[in-house]
Amino acid sequence: MRLIVDRIHVTLDRNPVLRDVSLEVREGDVVGLVGPNGSGKSTLLRTVYRSLRPAGGVVRVGGDDVWGLSPRAAARRTAAVLQDPGGNTTGLTVAEIVALGRAPHHGLLGRDGAEDHRSVSDAIDRCGVRPLAGRDYASLSGGERQRVLLARALAQDPRLLVLDELTNHLDIRARFELLDLIRATGVTTLAVLHDLDLAARLCDHLVVLRDGTVAAAGPVLDVLAPDLLADVFGVHARTERHADGVVRITYAARPLARAGGTADDDALTAGAADR
Amino acid sequence: MIVAISIGAVDVPVGDVWGIVLRHAGGARTGPADPALDQIVWNFRTPRVVLAALVGAGLAVSGAVLQTVVSNPLADPIVLGFSYGATLGAVLVITLGGGVALAGLGVPAAAFLGAVAAGALVFALGRRHGRMAPTRLVLAGVAVGYVFLSATSFVQLRATPTELRTVMFWMLGSVAGAQWDQLPTVAVVVLATTVLLSLFGRRLNVLLAGDESATALGVDVNRLRAVLLVLSALLTGTVIAVAGSIGFVGLMIPHLVRLTSGADHRRLLPLTALLGALYLVLVDLLSRTLDRPDELPLGILTALLGAPFFLWLLRRDKGLD
Repeated sequence: MRLIVDRIHVTLDRNPVLRDVSLEVREGDVVGLVGPNGSGKSTLLRTVYRSLRPAGGVVRVGGDDVWGLSPRAAARRTAAVLQDPGGNTTGLTVAEIVALGRAPHHGLLGRDGAEDHRSVSDAIDRCGVRPLAGRDYASLSGGERQRVLLARALAQDPRLLVLDELTNHLDIRARFELLDLIRATGVTTLAVLHDLDLAARLCDHLVVLRDGTVAAAGPVLDVLAPDLLADVFGVHARTERHADGVVRITYAARPLARAGGTADDDALTAGAADR
Repeated sequence: MIVAISIGAVDVPVGDVWGIVLRHAGGARTGPADPALDQIVWNFRTPRVVLAALVGAGLAVSGAVLQTVVSNPLADPIVLGFSYGATLGAVLVITLGGGVALAGLGVPAAAFLGAVAAGALVFALGRRHGRMAPTRLVLAGVAVGYVFLSATSFVQLRATPTELRTVMFWMLGSVAGAQWDQLPTVAVVVLATTVLLSLFGRRLNVLLAGDESATALGVDVNRLRAVLLVLSALLTGTVIAVAGSIGFVGLMIPHLVRLTSGADHRRLLPLTALLGALYLVLVDLLSRTLDRPDELPLGILTALLGAPFFLWLLRRDKGLD
């Protein structure tokens, strides 16, 4: 389902956090939201999953203002996987956590039906957490938890996925598996990503936030241009699409030769730059 | 329950108890049985056991809900200040007697008002910019509790020894004063709120996922907290009003159920009600048999009996590590 963020303003404790931010995610696209710490990425996501009401502007999911929808109606369209969600899930099994995704589909008197069981079971299989289904959620590793939370989001049968730093704390293999999983869902996605390489690998388009405004937006290679990386992130880098279609970014502390040349001695490969 | 009714200062055979209870339940006034036994069973024991069950269920359900609402495993009606509010109300009436009674307030009514007043205060103080953060709610509850406790202590200083004994007995809780005419109100409140809270089971589960995630799952977190706080203050106020401030049940019974059959509230709340009811019936039975013909207050036994078992269960459970 198409997401349109139209000129929103958000103020938290009298500080402007987002100013005149607009972006669009077309049906079926995966759009990455990148930017330095404190640039307003998570705040922008909150306005999308109806947790924070912008002071100005409007967020539309499937054409409707999310604040014109009821909380449950909005959650039937948009599912979110968040960073450090907190709460106290001791005693809930993985299957019970995934089943929470059915909550927006029920009122007070709603009982689980065949459709609920199908959605939950399907989400568990898609995220490969069937072997964990009976385990206590609290006993899982970081990577397992993220897959369970993604399964919960998919059990919502959402038309739009909102992901906040889904791949943090994961080892490299788990990251790629998770990214493949997200692409395979086919659901329209807006994902905050810290790692530009992963963003380049996962996304069709990128939106760069800086100090609460959109610094750039567009296709991955256009956005991750050397000038912008230097300007927004303060690093020198070179981006190129390899023959296998994968976009790679080479970083360095001082300016690099243009694309096509060999990497400087002090250039760090993307993997090393992560640390 | 029938067994609990049959045992007491005078033991009545279980078969006779069945006969008497069934006859009364069928609408008869008295039966062919010994009128004294009939009196003991139907007018003293039965309402007492029924009240113990209702109070146990109410306290346990209230504790289970509060633990989730404030996202804190230590929460119960005492930590959130409800019990201290009720205590102040009761103690005021017991010590000031005449003056307050003139205003038409008995001990139960005053205790109920005290609990609800504490609930309202916690509700008001725990809110900021329309948000009710779990930690702020707990701290507000603890602070409100201390204020009520100080006021209670101050009132007690001015009480006579006889009044003090009554106060003490009330604070430790008892269902000895159970009467048929108070049961319908208590039963309706306990059953209705328990059913209603169980209907919120799915949303209570969602609340376990954390506030932001719950919001993304379509739950209006602040409104849900407000509704649940009001319901549990009402429930706690009602049972404390008739039975005094009984500790431990609200804290431990929910954890016992969680440790043995999981945290899904749709299962947790009914089971908690059941176990809370059974537990308090058992404790009340012991309270009137251990030291026959005298009686021990319930509050002494609830923890004394339950804590060792609970600690054993805690040590056995690996999920908490």
